[in-house]
Order: sequence, then structure tokens, then C-alpha cells
Amino acid sequence: MTDWIEVCDLEDIPQLGARVVRIDNDDIAVFRTSQDEVFALRDRCPHKEGPLSQGIVHGNRVTCPLHNLVMDLTSGEAVAPDEGCAAVYPVKVEAGCVSIAFTPSTPCGA
Amino acid sequence: MKEKLVLVGNGMAGVRTLEELLKISPDMYDITVFGDEPHGNYNRILLSPVLAGEKKIDGIMLNEEQWYEENGIKLHTGKAVVKIDRRNRAVIAEDGTTENYDRLLLATGSNSIILPLPGNDLHGVVTFRNIRDVQTMLEISEPHKQALIIGGGLLGLEAAYALKQQGMYVTVVHLMDSLMERQLDSEAAAMLKQTLEKRGIQFLMETSTEAFLGEEKVRGVRFKGGLEIATDMVVMAVGIRPNTDLAKAANIYCERGIVVSDTMQTYDGRIYSVGECVQHKGQVYGLVAPLFEQAKVCANQLAQLGHAFYQGSTTFSKLKVTGVELFSTGDFIGDETTEEIVMKDLSKGVYKKIVLKENRIHGVVMFGDTVDGAWYYQLLRDQTDISHMRDQLLHGQAHLGDSGHGGAKSVAEMSDDMEVCGCNGVCKKDVVDAITSKGLFTLDDVRSHTKASSSCGSCTGLVEQILTFTLGGDYSEAPKVKPLCKCTDYTHNEIRQTIKSQRLISIRAVMDYLEYRTPDGCHVCRPAINYYLIAAWPDVAEDDPQSRFINERVHANIQKDGTYSVIPRIWGGLVTPKELRAIADAADKFQVSTVKITGGQRISLLGLKKNELPEVWSDLNQAGMISGYAYGKSLRTVKTCVGKEWCRFGTQDSTSMGVKLEKLTCGSWMPHKFKMAVSGCPRNCAEATIKDFGVVAVESGWELHIGGNAGVKIRATDLLCKVDTDEEVIEYCCAFIQLYREDAHYLERTAPWIERVGFSSVKQKIVEDANNRKALFDRFTESQKRAQEDPWAKHTGKDSQREFVTVERSSVHD
Ligand code: SRM
Ligand SMILES: Cc1cc2nc3c(=O)[nH]c(=O)nc-3n(C[C@H](O)[C@H](O)[C@H](O)COP(=O)(O)OP(=O)(O)OC[C@H]3O[C@@H](n4cnc5c(N)ncnc54)[C@H](O)[C@@H]3O)c2cc1C
Ligand code: SF4
Ligand code: FES
Repeated sequence: MTDWIEVCDLEDIPQLGARVVRIDNDDIAVFRTSQDEVFALRDRCPHKEGPLSQGIVHGNRVTCPLHNLVMDLTSGEAVAPDEGCAAVYPVKVEAGCVSIAFTPSTPCGA
Repeated sequence: MKEKLVLVGNGMAGVRTLEELLKISPDMYDITVFGDEPHGNYNRILLSPVLAGEKKIDGIMLNEEQWYEENGIKLHTGKAVVKIDRRNRAVIAEDGTTENYDRLLLATGSNSIILPLPGNDLHGVVTFRNIRDVQTMLEISEPHKQALIIGGGLLGLEAAYALKQQGMYVTVVHLMDSLMERQLDSEAAAMLKQTLEKRGIQFLMETSTEAFLGEEKVRGVRFKGGLEIATDMVVMAVGIRPNTDLAKAANIYCERGIVVSDTMQTYDGRIYSVGECVQHKGQVYGLVAPLFEQAKVCANQLAQLGHAFYQGSTTFSKLKVTGVELFSTGDFIGDETTEEIVMKDLSKGVYKKIVLKENRIHGVVMFGDTVDGAWYYQLLRDQTDISHMRDQLLHGQAHLGDSGHGGAKSVAEMSDDMEVCGCNGVCKKDVVDAITSKGLFTLDDVRSHTKASSSCGSCTGLVEQILTFTLGGDYSEAPKVKPLCKCTDYTHNEIRQTIKSQRLISIRAVMDYLEYRTPDGCHVCRPAINYYLIAAWPDVAEDDPQSRFINERVHANIQKDGTYSVIPRIWGGLVTPKELRAIADAADKFQVSTVKITGGQRISLLGLKKNELPEVWSDLNQAGMISGYAYGKSLRTVKTCVGKEWCRFGTQDSTSMGVKLEKLTCGSWMPHKFKMAVSGCPRNCAEATIKDFGVVAVESGWELHIGGNAGVKIRATDLLCKVDTDEEVIEYCCAFIQLYREDAHYLERTAPWIERVGFSSVKQKIVEDANNRKALFDRFTESQKRAQEDPWAKHTGKDSQREFVTVERSSVHD
């Protein structure tokens, strides 16, 4: 059974932006797309650990603020030709409230 | 049901068109391909290194049969199409295979010209066009046998070099008195001939062939005048002719080649054509770069996007003979309307000639040192006004002070582990390996796969050279007009004009109007469009923080560990004890580990956390300090010297002038960062002549300098003019900034911008046209009304703080 943790309201995340949620000292980036879809990735770029939450969001992707690696928010994989991944956490939005499960669905490394 | 697309000609241009089509519209057609060669698609250019034994046939395949399968393409190899039945829309191959089409693409390439001389069908008389030719030559070639090459053009010389590598005795027979007469002038041709002679290739100039001798196999050649030479092989490399046979037989209009319009359509609108078989606006092309441009346009048209048009290409030539560097482009002979700049150093074996017409490059020919070929080619294509750099032109681009790659100039001399890209630590070997193992073709490919040349860009020329060196030909088909990014086919200029002409005021409106390919653009185009909107409509366009890079969104510089640095404005480099105290207090309060004097006469607090930013700003605000925009595409620093107030040489009050300029222009968003300086006398302690706008005081007034740049590529300023009064300095400065704001591409600093549009055009608009200067000044002042709000003050309010705060949660239920 999944343990959902309520993190914030959808409105607390800017469209095409992100919020950082810290759970037990782990930073998770919670993104909101222009279509109001919400995704959560570990807030660490596979390149040199840049904070993905601070990047520019476009489509279902985010561009890392440090050296422009592009990550796919749905899979947590870097978009080719770049390589690498970040853990993806399940998200649900109910009645305008965002919850995430603290168990990654695609773990990626550790 | 899907429409049917049939391609005749499984060569470089045709298959490239399919690749481009699959990229933009993968499911539109059922595709069938006919090729009369018995292989998949290969890189014809690399036949030269294969002949020289430097590469294997396997190593030059571009698309093996598996690629066709994966993309659902039906491939008929080894089948020549012999007829097009236009009425029934079908093509018929020699073995009777018939395929119907809705659209047909002809890419039949060229045929080698075969001299109509007795004995031209003897065994051992070959042309140099395809894999079969190369295999034939390799079968015959044996060390110490004799080869005769007829034709001293590009192809002939590459064949000569290759066969020499195989150990043969090689003689090149040429009709003219000068080699490669279409690509070289007589000086360069003479140097080339000498170089090749040193390598053991012999030449018979001004000699025409009369007959090939022998029974079954060729044994010799007889020339006009009676001379006979014994030989074991003859390579005819006397030219190529567009292969129009099939089209002509189907009554499709042909002249020298199959005539096509700007959409790559023939006179039959269902039939398209690309490649060497094509004639566009009277031109036929025999190099891949223009063919690849055609392929892109054709794919766009086939995908029914219909907004790409072929406008012809300028090309350049190189020779793929290891260690022989030559380059030519444009009209390098010139006439009475042109001038030339020439450099010749026989002992070094270097020759360069640049032909100029009205201060623009008209043609270039070089031998021995060709590292700047790509640069000259760019200047020629862009028709850049070179008057301001005329003196340095021959010395090349690197001369102007690039940093970051150890000054390497020639790829051939570089060892594998030498660093090419100093930003990303990419060595020559990394680039070469990526090109060969991943099959990369273009500069963009190399950038995205290796990161070389993707940061500061100073190594671009080198990376292009490595591409050429590794692949043979030149593939860096930088299209004439570059789209802003991969989300759109429109250029910076087109997007700016559309914003104006259609009165678009939001990013969404721009993307909808231009039928964007991606839902929200990307990190390249959104910041650019956001800027263009603000610049065009300072009163109404709303800034979109989500389309800004993090630094501009949070008004601080992100650091490698995700913390931030904060740099307050320090007007003209002047500080008060109170301000210093406030900075020191902030440093104490937030336990800032590093406080640094920056390279721009200011103070930086490093290592702040995002959620601390609003409070730091508020503290500094209270001491009267505002954001220094050290993060922004906007005014950065105005460096000053002490000037007349203190200095024994000072001629004017440079410090006050600097402060005045900074107060007036700060806050304005610009295409890129913008730096100024004011020096009190020509000793120039504020380094004004490497700034975007530099002011140097003299006894009688002020000199104004523009377009300087330190950083990756040093460029000294051009002197714009001299003015007498303080008011004029201000007016010219604001007018210059406004012109830059309205005209430069996003992320283009003043130096490359001025090189692109030409110094004289800038001078004309600011100095000569006084009305225009005033209008620019007024528009700048108008746009400053909304821009001069301190972003720090604005963001210390409660609501906007939300985004700065991390949400804390625990996984343990409470
Ligand atoms: C802080 C500072 C270095 C220092 O500790 O002294 C600095 C720091 C950075 N510079 Fe710089 N530059 C600093 C003065 C300079 C100077 C010297 C100057 O301004 O007199 C130059 C050369 C002069 C020039 O620009 O013409 C300079 C040329 C660059 C360049 C190359 C620009 C170019 O056109 O080639 C970049 C890269 C870019 O902008 O794309 C750059 C980029 C950067 C960035 C923003 C890199 C980045 O994108 O993150 C650095 C941010 C570090 C940070 O977070 O603070 N920095 N940088 C200096 C800030 C001055 C200030 O008070 O605002
Ligand atoms: C040895 C050599 C070195 C070169 N070096 C360079 C260089 O360094 N740089 C550069 O830019 N260019 C170079 N070129 C030129 C470059 O290779 C050509 O410009 C390019 O290959 C032309 O592409 P294309 O598709 O028009 O023709 P091709 O590549 O020739 O393709 C046409 C194909 O169509 C097939 N075909 C023709 N008629 C029919 C038919 N009726 N039915 C079925 N199939 C048919 C042909 O067999 C051929 O396979 C070189 C060429 C050669 C031969
Ligand atoms: S501060 Fe400037 S020179 Fe120093 S590492 Fe950063 S970008 Fe490079
Ligand atoms: S850390 Fe993300 S791209 Fe470098």
C-alpha cells in the first residue's frame, strides 16, 4: 500500500515552475506543467547534482539550471543525447491538494 | 490510407531528405526506395579515403538495410528505374518491378563524364564515382604499377593521392596550365602542384588525351602530339553531368539538370527532386552541403508544412588530401570593381587572398593555413561589413584573442589527448570517437553529444575542423538562416517582426501564431521571446518569470552547489562606510563564508540559501542598496577611475559621469549583459575600450567607444565619435543601448552584433542621423519608466516569498 504525504496545494506551485519539498532531509522537486500536470523528481541533476527544481519547465520536461541538461519529468530520464536519470515519485492531485508517495516508482541509482 | 512516396536514387541527397522527413513527420507516407547500386546508403565522399586504404567500405555506410526496415521503408536495391508513367503515377524498374506513387522524389545524382575516345571501354579504364569503381581500382592497383589520372580537379587529385598511398606510380594529366582551375587561382594552384610533386605525384599539364591503347586491358595512353605513356590503369576524372535521363524520358522539364522551384518541385507538382541532378535558378551543385539544404526544404514541403524555401547556396571547396590544406569560396579572382588583400609566405608554404567588394568579402582562396576558412565563409555569407577589421582580417579570427583552447590552430598537429573545449574538458579524441562511433555529421550533433563547443563557443572553429578532418568532406551545413531553436523554423528576426506586425503581446500568442511544434517552447526560445516582448511593448507586455533563467527569476546568481551569490549595486565603484557596514552586517548575520571583491569593482556575498534571499535584500535595501543585476541580461557594471577629482592626469570628472550613466540605464533588460566604463584620460585605467560602451575623457570633451568585449573573445571597441558635453554623452549612450535592444538577437553581445550588422550602419543610425538618435533616446527613456523598479524591493513582499520557501515534510505519520 502506498503512503501518500500531502505536500501543498496545486496553487502553491507556479505553472511551468516547481516547489521544493524536503522529506526527511531529501529534496524532491514538485513540478507543475502548463497543462496542470504535476510530477515529482529527486531534486538532483544526474550531471553534477544541479537543483532541477530551479530549471525552466517546458512540456513534460525541465532544463537543469546549471548546464542545460534536459530531463523528462515522466520517466526521470535525461533526454537523448544526454544520459542519466533522477528518481521519479508518484504524485496525485485531489481537490487541489498535491500528495506524493515517498517511495520512488523508478528508483534510478539511489 | 497513407499516401505513397517513392524515392528514385538511394544516394546522399535522397536519403537525407527521407531522414529529415521522418524527423518532422514520421507517419505521413508509405515510403519506397529504388537504388541501382546493390547496397544501402553510403557516404560517397569517403570513397577517397577508402581508395587510399585509410577506411574500409563497412566504415562508410550511413544507413544499412536494417535502418530501412526499422522505419518501414521498402527498399529495392540493385534495381534501376527505367520509366516514370506519369499518367498512372507509377515507376517501373528494369526487372519490371512497378510501384505507384502519390509523390515522387528524384535524386538520381550525376554520372561521371566518359571521354568519347577510342579504347574507353578497355578493362582498367575507370571512373571514380561509386563503390564498384573503387573496388575495380583496388583490384588492379599494386605497388609499382603505373596509374594515369585524367583530370587535375578535386576528384582527380584525390584519386591520385589515394593511389599513391597504395604504392602506385601516379601521373596526373591535365588539359589546362593550372590545377583545380575552378577552385584555385594560379598562385595557389602552383603551390599545390609543388606540394604534390614533393609527394611523388607527376604532372603532365596542358596535355590532351587522344586514345587509350591495349587489346582487352589498357596498356597505355596516346596524347595529342604523339606522346605515348605505358600504364596499368586510367582513371577518368574529367567531370560529372547531372543524371537527367529518367526525367527527360518522362518529359519533365530539364536543362542542364532537372529544373526545380524554391520548393524543390519539378514542373510536375507531384514530382520533387533534390541532389546533383537538380538545377535551381540556373545552378547545379556538386557538393553535399547545398544538397543537404535542399533535402531539408524538400522534407518540409513533403510534410506539407510548406514554409521552407530553397534560396540557393554558396559553397566552398576543400581537398581531402592529408596534410594539404586548401580552401576557396566565392569569386576569388575578382575584377575591376574588387580589391584584394594578399599574404604570401613561401618558406612556410602559406598563401591567402581575400577579394573584397564594397567592404564585404567577395571571395577567398587559401593554401597552407586554412584554419579561418569557416570564419571567412561566414563573413561572406552574411555579407558582413569588414571595414573595421580590415587590418586584422588576414591574420584570422584567433588573432583577436580567444581563450580556452591553448591557442591550437591546426587539428592535424593536435595530439589525441589535447583539450579542445576548455569549458567542458573535451579532448580531441572524445570528439573524434563520438563522430565515428555515433555517426555524427554536423556541429550541432557534436555539440549535443560531446558538449564540445556548447558553452562559450570559442572552440567552434576547431571542432568544425575536427569534423572535416574526421569525416573528409565538410558537413557543417550551417543553414543561411538559423531558426531560433528546435521548436520552430522561424529566425530571431522573423519572430521579432511578427511580434511587432501582429501586435502579439504574450508568449502564448507568439507560439500560437507561429504554430509552435512544442507545447511550451524550451529553455532557449522562451527567454528570448519574453525579452522580445518586453522590448517591443514596454508598457503592456507582462514579464514571465517562468521564462527566465533562475538567476533572473530570483535576482541572484546560482552557484555550483545550488546556493546563491548576492551582489548589490555599487555606483561607479563608489562606496560609503555605511554601505560597507551593511554588507558586513549581512555577511555576519547570514554566516556568509566568502565575501569577494568582484572583477567589476563590486562586492559579492557567496553561499546564500534561496530562502535567505528576501531577507538579505531587505537588509541591504534598508542601507540604501539595490540589486546590482550581476545575474541579468541587462546593465552590469560601470567601471570608473578616480578622474579629475583626484588624479593628476584627469581631464574630466569620470567618476560622476560613470555614476550618472549607471543611474540612468540600470534596470533595463537587454539582449545580453552590458558593461560600461568611464576613464578620465587616455591612460584608460577603467579599461573603457573593452566595454560594450566605453567613455574616455579628453581635454576637449569625451570620446565614445562601442562594441568592446573581454571574456571569451576579446574585441576592442570602435570609436563611435567625440562629443563635447555631458548631455551628449548621455544621449548617445541611451540611443546606443536602445538600438542594441531593438536590433540584436537575444544572447548576442554588442561585439558580435556589431560585427554582424556592420559598424558603419550603427554609426549611421546614431551619429549621422540626429533625428533617429533622438527617437532612440526617447524610446529608451520611455521604456525605463517601468524598468527602474528595484527587483529586490519588489520581491521582499510576503506573497512572492512563497516560492523561495522549501516545504518541509516527514515520512513518519503524525
Ligand atoms: C562575479 C564575477 C567574477 C568575480 O568573482 O569577480 C563573475 C562571475 C560570473 N561570470 Fe563573469 N563575472 C565577473 C566579471 C566578469 C568580467 C570582468 C568585468 O566585467 O569587468 C568579464 C569580462 C568582461 C566582459 O564581459 O566583456 C566576465 C566575463 C564573463 C563571460 C564571458 C562573456 C563574453 O562575452 O565572452 C561569461 C559567460 C556569459 O555571460 O555567457 C560570464 C559569466 C559569469 C557567471 C555569471 C557564470 C554563470 O553563468 O553562472 C559567473 C557567475 C558567478 C557568480 O555567481 O557570481 N562572465 N565576467 C564578476 C562579476 C562582476 C560584477 O561585479 O558584476
Ligand atoms: C570520390 C568522391 C569524393 C567526393 N568528395 C566530396 C567532398 O569532399 N565534399 C563534398 O561536399 N562532396 C564530395 N563529393 C560529391 C558528393 O559525394 C555528391 O555531391 C553527393 O554524393 C551527391 O548526392 P546525390 O544524392 O545527388 O547523388 P548520389 O549520391 O550519386 O546518389 C544518386 C544515387 O542514385 C542512383 N540512381 C541514379 N539513377 C537511378 C535510377 N534510374 N534508378 C535507381 N537508382 C538510380 C545512383 O546509382 C546513386 O546511388 C565527392 C564525390 C565523389 C565521387
Ligand atoms: S567566475 Fe567567470 S571565469 Fe570564474 S569560473 Fe565562473 S564563469 Fe569562469
Ligand atoms: S548539473 Fe544539471 S546540467 Fe550540469
